[in-house]
Amino acid sequence: MNLPNTPRPGGFIPRDRSWQPEALTPAYKTSVKRSPQAALLSFPTTLSEETSPIFGHNMLGELDNDLIHNYAQPGESAIGPRIIVHGRVLDEMGRGVPGALVEFWQANAGGRYRHKKETYLAPLDPNFGGCGRAITDETGAYEFRSVKPGPYPWPNGMNDWRPAHIHFSLFGHGFAQRLITQMYFEGDPLIPLCPIVGVLKSQEAVDALTAPLDMNRTVPMDSLSYKFDMVLRGRRQTYFENRKEGM
Amino acid sequence: MVQPLEYLKESPSQTAGPYVHIGCTPNFTGIEMYGGDLGTSMKTGPVKGEEITIKGTVYDGTGTPLRDALIEIWQPDAAGLFPSANETRGAADPNFTGWGRSPGDMTTGEFVFETVKPGAVPWPDGQMQAPHITAWIVARGINIGLHTRIYFEDEADANAIDPILSRIEHQNRVPTLLAKKEKDGEYRFDIHLQGPNETIFFDI
Repeated sequence: MNLPNTPRPGGFIPRDRSWQPEALTPAYKTSVKRSPQAALLSFPTTLSEETSPIFGHNMLGELDNDLIHNYAQPGESAIGPRIIVHGRVLDEMGRGVPGALVEFWQANAGGRYRHKKETYLAPLDPNFGGCGRAITDETGAYEFRSVKPGPYPWPNGMNDWRPAHIHFSLFGHGFAQRLITQMYFEGDPLIPLCPIVGVLKSQEAVDALTAPLDMNRTVPMDSLSYKFDMVLRGRRQTYFENRKEGM
Repeated sequence: MVQPLEYLKESPSQTAGPYVHIGCTPNFTGIEMYGGDLGTSMKTGPVKGEEITIKGTVYDGTGTPLRDALIEIWQPDAAGLFPSANETRGAADPNFTGWGRSPGDMTTGEFVFETVKPGAVPWPDGQMQAPHITAWIVARGINIGLHTRIYFEDEADANAIDPILSRIEHQNRVPTLLAKKEKDGEYRFDIHLQGPNETIFFDI
């Protein structure tokens, strides 16, 4: 039931393609044969994009957001600089997005992923799996504990290195908001050298993915902390019945 | 100076990378976690409607299958209702999640979804769209997730008047959005990222 003068949800604001990276970015070589060449087909969001599955807090296990312990043997823990990553998931209007599913994955402190196809010579950490998940609270906040991932070399140019980073997958309230991105760490000298960072179109975009050290959320004698907010597409709110239901 | 418009910018997308499965389907990679991978099963009990299987492969511009992609689909139930908090038109089938997530097979790249044939959903002006499934593809080398739709070859009447399919300028590309019926209950939907059969991708 909508009261008079209550704003109603409208469609999602179009994605700003002038801000988001292009599909074809030749310095990141894998994009060359994996980038669509025809123009994308644009249309306003419909129910198919304005709805999204429901992920409840009750699906989470106690250690899902603790990468130091969620793959470790009892009494043991992952090796590496201990960090807390925290922040909020917001929409473009600055509103917190509650109930968002946030999934994250990363290399271990030596820069090695736990994956069959991974070939880097750095060792696996038997107590580190490298993935976790959280669901945002009523303000859009999330946090998790981990070890700081190491940088690693990757086959692109002859000597390309990924800066330390954590991957994020985000589910908001509409499938139109679906997003995967990466978080970098303040002060990492590899950031400006990386061809994957290089697909971003401006320093402002790089800054938007670079988490500052947050001394206020460190745990003394235990963990450093980095703050990383993420922004999902916003949905129009309108007082006016100028769009049909569902648009 | 005018007042500032104080909106935030959407977080820039970055590639899911070669190890997206560690984060999204860890059990598929051998990391036992969470009691199972999310999106593996779209049915939690007996479902209403026609049960179908959709298989497909994502190909790059050279025709090589992607063996490191992640494909997600989102759809209504057989009656056209979404199992979503944002669904206001009625209650969807309680045994159907509407959402599936499939890693391509590590050798062949083939993805598989066991689902139901979706019901029709209205366009914003109230006319019905042809039955369809929303699909989203991420992988190494894809800088921003690709949205597309899976329509059905055997829904020719509905497809002919669908508001999206009928507005596509290059009608010879429409078949890239149609799942091919291989036999009863089995469809194939291959995705071509590039080349003469490039799938139509959406900016939604």
